[in-house]
Amino acid sequence: MSTTADPAGVLTGSHYIDGDHACAEGALAAGCRFVAGYPITPSTEVVERIAGRFPRVGDGIFIQMEDEIASSIAIQGAMWGGKKVMTVSSGPGFSLMMEHIGLAAMTEVPCVFVDVQRGGPSTGLPTRPGQADMMQARWGSHGDYEIIAMCPNSPQEAFHLTFDAFNLAERYRVPVLVMLDECVGHMIEKVVIPRADELEVVERKWTRKKPGEYLPYEVTDGSMVPDACKAGDGYRIHTTGLTHDERGYPTMNWRAQEKLIRRLVDKIRGQAGEIVRYEENDVDDADVVVVAYGITSRVAKRSIESARKRGIKVGMHRLVVAWPFPEQRIAELSRRVKGLVVAEMNYGQMSLEVERVAAGRCPTRLVGHGGGMVHDPEDIERAIVEVAQ
Amino acid sequence: MSDVQGSKPSSATNPVDPFLRIDRMPSIWCPGCGIGTTVNCFTRALIECGLDLDKVAIVSGIGCTGRVAGYLNLDSFHTTHGRPIPFATGLKLANPELKVVVYSGDGDLTAIGGNHLIHAARRNVDLVVVCVNNHTYGMTGGQVTPTTPPPAIASTTPYGAFEEPFSLPLLADSCGAVYVARWTTYHVRQIAKAMREALQKRGLSFIEIISPCPTLYARRNRLGDGLAAMKYYKQASVIQNGADTRQVGIGYQDKIICGKFVDRERETWLESYNKRHVAALGSKFRPYPTGLPEVSEPAGGNHGHD
Ligand SMILES: Cc1ncc(C[n+]2csc(CCOP(=O)(O)OP(=O)(O)O)c2C)c(N)n1
Ligand code: SF4
Repeated sequence: MSTTADPAGVLTGSHYIDGDHACAEGALAAGCRFVAGYPITPSTEVVERIAGRFPRVGDGIFIQMEDEIASSIAIQGAMWGGKKVMTVSSGPGFSLMMEHIGLAAMTEVPCVFVDVQRGGPSTGLPTRPGQADMMQARWGSHGDYEIIAMCPNSPQEAFHLTFDAFNLAERYRVPVLVMLDECVGHMIEKVVIPRADELEVVERKWTRKKPGEYLPYEVTDGSMVPDACKAGDGYRIHTTGLTHDERGYPTMNWRAQEKLIRRLVDKIRGQAGEIVRYEENDVDDADVVVVAYGITSRVAKRSIESARKRGIKVGMHRLVVAWPFPEQRIAELSRRVKGLVVAEMNYGQMSLEVERVAAGRCPTRLVGHGGGMVHDPEDIERAIVEVAQ
Repeated sequence: MSDVQGSKPSSATNPVDPFLRIDRMPSIWCPGCGIGTTVNCFTRALIECGLDLDKVAIVSGIGCTGRVAGYLNLDSFHTTHGRPIPFATGLKLANPELKVVVYSGDGDLTAIGGNHLIHAARRNVDLVVVCVNNHTYGMTGGQVTPTTPPPAIASTTPYGAFEEPFSLPLLADSCGAVYVARWTTYHVRQIAKAMREALQKRGLSFIEIISPCPTLYARRNRLGDGLAAMKYYKQASVIQNGADTRQVGIGYQDKIICGKFVDRERETWLESYNKRHVAALGSKFRPYPTGLPEVSEPAGGNHGHD
């Protein structure tokens, strides 16, 4: 079910704002009306903007919680209270949220987690960029589950992808992670926010069943996604992070585990084709394809332009959605290029995925970087040249 | 509306049955465990409080007590260990029409979740917090908790506990809870009454219920079965309503001061939120519903329902 955005939250017009502010506006436009957070550089601007905007927009609550553990579960309580919800953090706080990403996956809570990545591990480089939380985003909570993660590379895209994150969260009832990096979070660029009637919002798929007929985890159509309800409407539901059946009741055996976890995994894997998103340039004739995301994709663009001038046929595959990973497309590329170059601000995370999917059909070359500073475009260009030979 | 509220149960059925998820019985609790007793009291309080039960939600953490949410026929949420309070905070603020009850163990609420308890009390979020204090981690096999009185034996203090325990009424009181009471599972009528009062109150209420864990705590300390615990509670309890919470600490097998210690009024989080933003933003602020019945304000008056 989709409608157009509630105009109260849409700041239509052209703005010069940074990625953090744009992210906050994307959430507001998508109908987010509950945000819990705890200050941490370089993400704090997101919650600061929300704290300023909600009282004027109406119907929204921002609460600064005592820590990120509390923030990441307060939003889940608020979801069951009927709101669209978000929490925001960076490395150390993101680490504290991991248990509750698992809870959201297990209890199918649509919610958005924003991680403005900085240099890590530990306190690392608070004011400087990193892209080293990508595997944590995918696997950080214990157990098997699926999430969706997106990587904007500009303030404009921070607006749009945060907006889309809410829609995806509702459609699939999963936590959706918006993985900014400090550069995108803090760079100021023009952000155009459309009119509310141009923004399509996915509404929660409320059950039409009556209390007594409705089972909170029953799947009634092919989507593998159960219909929703909220507390206070007479359904008297139960939810638990324990393995559960359609009633939401704990069911402690391997059959229930198999049934539930299979579905939680398959509802994303089975529909990955619809979720996967990437942008490509100059790949048709390419001998080499650079895979990059976030701010690094903009650095790589320079490297590619420069290499093209030297006559090297090189193109770009930019991950817009990192998880689920565009397996099919990377496999296709690996069949027809000389090599794939992965540039990222870590020492090998998404590159592992590229390598796995390329499966030896072509070499994968990582241009790694510890973070704290974007790549030198020449380093990426050098790798392009070497792989092209 | 469900068929539960207001219906007069026939004498053939247990009057608490309509409040329970009968399809989940029997419960996991051991014979002689006090948790079930507290749940019976809670259902009594639900009958008496006059609330629309479709608007009452219960949130538990993890532990033997954490299973309470799963047995009650309410909107019920079994969350993560230590985190029912922030979950409940989100639920309450998102839908202020709800009466939200947190029901969990002493380990859950005061060890791993201690930070959330003190902040929720400070903020005066409108929640009822019921803490079943069995002085141990029941679910994981009887380890020491922040409320174990020295020198009680626990599985992780095989030679006796030695840390200073929390006195929970003092903790809740000093952090700003508006209602603080303690009873033992011997005091079933008083528990039900305290729960009813808490359900009818605005702001954070904290009820501590001293409860036996015959399987672990009592067995390790050779304190006998559930019945022996009742005898001890009966003999050792001293009712002192209004007692100074600095004087109500519990020693090992010592006297237990019970009663209603605190009952006061304070602005809730949502009331403060609205008040501040009205003051700062005037008509640009769009007030957030507080879940209270609408009070028509006299023109120019600023003393609505503070
Ligand atoms: C993060 C986390 N740490 C530890 C546990 C294991 N655990 C489950 S219940 C529990 C203790 C429960 O004790 P208490 O809250 O006192 O409740 P009781 O079982 O005594 O009713 C612990 C430590 C867990 N589930 N999650
Ligand atoms: S272990 Fe103790 S607290 Fe847990 S159910 Fe048994 S008696 Fe009750």
